[in-house]
Amino acid sequence: MIATQNRASIKGGEFLIKETEASQVFIPEEFTEEQQMIAQSCRDFLMAEVWPRLDEIDQAKSPALMSSLMDKAGALGLLGTAVPEEYGGFGMNFNTSMLVAEATGAGNSFSVALSAHTGIGTLPILYYGNDDLKSRYLSKLASGEWKAAYCLTEPDSGSDANSAKTKAALTEDGKHYVINGQKMWITNGGFADLFIVFAKIENDKNLTAFIVEKTFGGITMNEPEKKMGIKGSDTRQVFFNDCQVPVENMLSERGNGFKIAVNVLNIGRIKLAAATLGGAKQVAEQAVKYANERKQFGTAIANFGAIKHKLAEMAIKIYASESASYRAGQNIDDLIEDHKEQGMTDAAAKLKALEQFAIECAMMKVHASEVLDYVADEGVQVYGGMGFSADAPMDRAYRDARINRLFEGTNEINRLLTVDMLLKRAMKGELDIMGPALAVGKEIMSIPDFNMDGSDELFAAEKIVIKNLKKAALMIAGAGVQKFMMKLSEEQEILMNVADIAIEVYVAESVLLRVEKLIGVRGEAACALQKDMALCYLHEAVDKANSAGRTAITSFAEGDELRVMLMGLKRFTKIEPMNTKNARRRIADAMIEENKFVF
Amino acid sequence: MKILVCITNVPDTTAKIAFIDNDTKLNKAGVQYIIGPYDDYALARAVELKEQHGGSITVLNVGEADGEQQIRKALAIGADDAIRVNCEPSDSYFVAAQIAHCAKEGSYDLILMGRESIDFNSGVVHGLVGEMLNIPSFSPVMKLDIDGNTAKFAREIEGGKEYLEASLPLVLGCQEPIAEWKIPNMRGIMTARTKPLNVVEPVAVPEAATLEKYTLPAPKGAVKMIAADDVESLIALLKSEAKVL
Repeated sequence: MIATQNRASIKGGEFLIKETEASQVFIPEEFTEEQQMIAQSCRDFLMAEVWPRLDEIDQAKSPALMSSLMDKAGALGLLGTAVPEEYGGFGMNFNTSMLVAEATGAGNSFSVALSAHTGIGTLPILYYGNDDLKSRYLSKLASGEWKAAYCLTEPDSGSDANSAKTKAALTEDGKHYVINGQKMWITNGGFADLFIVFAKIENDKNLTAFIVEKTFGGITMNEPEKKMGIKGSDTRQVFFNDCQVPVENMLSERGNGFKIAVNVLNIGRIKLAAATLGGAKQVAEQAVKYANERKQFGTAIANFGAIKHKLAEMAIKIYASESASYRAGQNIDDLIEDHKEQGMTDAAAKLKALEQFAIECAMMKVHASEVLDYVADEGVQVYGGMGFSADAPMDRAYRDARINRLFEGTNEINRLLTVDMLLKRAMKGELDIMGPALAVGKEIMSIPDFNMDGSDELFAAEKIVIKNLKKAALMIAGAGVQKFMMKLSEEQEILMNVADIAIEVYVAESVLLRVEKLIGVRGEAACALQKDMALCYLHEAVDKANSAGRTAITSFAEGDELRVMLMGLKRFTKIEPMNTKNARRRIADAMIEENKFVF
Repeated sequence: MKILVCITNVPDTTAKIAFIDNDTKLNKAGVQYIIGPYDDYALARAVELKEQHGGSITVLNVGEADGEQQIRKALAIGADDAIRVNCEPSDSYFVAAQIAHCAKEGSYDLILMGRESIDFNSGVVHGLVGEMLNIPSFSPVMKLDIDGNTAKFAREIEGGKEYLEASLPLVLGCQEPIAEWKIPNMRGIMTARTKPLNVVEPVAVPEAATLEKYTLPAPKGAVKMIAADDVESLIALLKSEAKVL
């Protein structure tokens, strides 16, 4: 491991107002041999058990096949990575569980079943269960003896989860809650032995969570849903008709269900980012191989610039998203350790840490799922006509990618949450956003600093660009808050724009820091392509921030204010030109030469 | 039962092979290494035999420190301890002599390895080890069961299989379908680091041959399609181009 000790603590969302040094971030190149072996086992499992059966899995003739694959994954230990050893798991740290999510992420429908079981199915018990519930259920879930499903969504309650109508009523003898209601989009529904069910007691404002065993009775379900993608994922409507749940199976306290749902989703989001990276790398590799095989006009299509551009863009986006995902993962791990040192239980420490980085979790969910969609879309394009054939892998890749922008909170919800959480923390004084935002407001009224070069240090100029992008985000968010005050939440379009800038800043900064750190270890010559990727990403991020910023500013500013802000935006989205075409060719050529995804 | 499994540390099957130092050395830059695939089958069967009969598995690699990653993988798959003979292996005779030396010290009931490595593919190490230890050796073994002190196994022969029985100790060169490759499980990976990996220095072996250089096979040429009924053209090409007639 390229040791980075004594990482300074950083708060969630603080990236927007604070500079981070390269030595302070974790980079995936630092994964140990043991962690890499774990990831390789996951990939070997997909190769041996899942990929040869993708068609059979998608035909979904019976839930037995997916259930048996989960058994095999359980035997390998893949279902217990995040569960502590005392409950039959392996107690791996958060970034290792991210790596497992990535390595199993290229398994299409299987990946969905696996992550539903290990994530939203298992984690509520791990984080909120008392000792009795944990010892009764966790080892069964970690081994795969039991499979889990998570029942939150209802026909009339999706993004607005707390409006769920399912009811839980205490029996007269006070021994059971009787659950009645209907749940939708329940992954693993057809073969789950255990359901985490959210319901309302009497006329409570908030949901309460219950652990429901299938054998409690009163559970029926529809046939599997017919879906656009992840067709092999067993997704059902589940009905609870007088389902009797012992009172001791209430998870946490009455009314705590919404909090459980929200916090478990934080984890689900960033893990989803990791999983989509795994999917995207698989598609990029398939695209490279096909581009090398397919000949037109007497040569492999990999030799055409248009194709090289696509292959390079795939690599750049994946590499950047990966840099940011594991950076956030390590921040979470570090904070978990801090909390534990201060005496918190493992579960409480994890929850607190994930709550702290909920902004990063939401941002990475959005970014990585959109990278996968981009990569899958361009994958189809590289395959040309064959991309549209169900006999080639892009058909499934394209359809299966799409769900990732919808579940674990739609990307729109996650964008809104990103800005909402930033602003709330600013209001509470947890994050000093308003100070820097006011300073930026003043700066745009003054004479600009034309020194863009910085020192001779590596990425000195690029770091100024990052700093300026942050200013652009602060300028727009600050002006928005001043203009709309409490009604800013009604201006969703502006919030989306601010979220987009924040996400681009975070990812661009992360990939730059990663490459800077890597150069420190391997030297600049060995990292030329990584440098190309970081710079190409930064250029694209600047363009996107400029576009989103312009859209936002013109939507609320007028006259002098509009002119001043647009001038400010121009100043904050300035970057020295570079020949990104040649950089992309170099990146693509490396993959074409090796005939695989090499980064 | 004490089993010794010998593993090679070889370039991945998809690795691009290039040479450096006037074609005397493999260019290791960017090359991924794996446990020799045939050795991996031998290891998998050893793990199954241990599950059935108890005993222990020692994994042995004759090679440099960069092969320890593969050794630890073998420990994760199920070996109990490991020996690495610290050297750059020069040829089959040298490797066999190192294995034989370690095997004598450990007195194993069964010495398993792949039918051949996939880098030099000499396919003679098992035979040499058998001779050096003065015990029987067989290859390629594709089925193996142990009954008391007897090994019952099947060997691939020209046009068929032969079924054999022999008393332990034995040296066997293995190939599929003797077992299915095993994927290291999480528990195995996490316990691998606690298992002993002993590094020993090689014994002196007289040099049998010296290497002059390596060359790569000529790239494959384009395929010529000849209509099935056009035998004359086929014969003409076999004479004039392929020069095999």
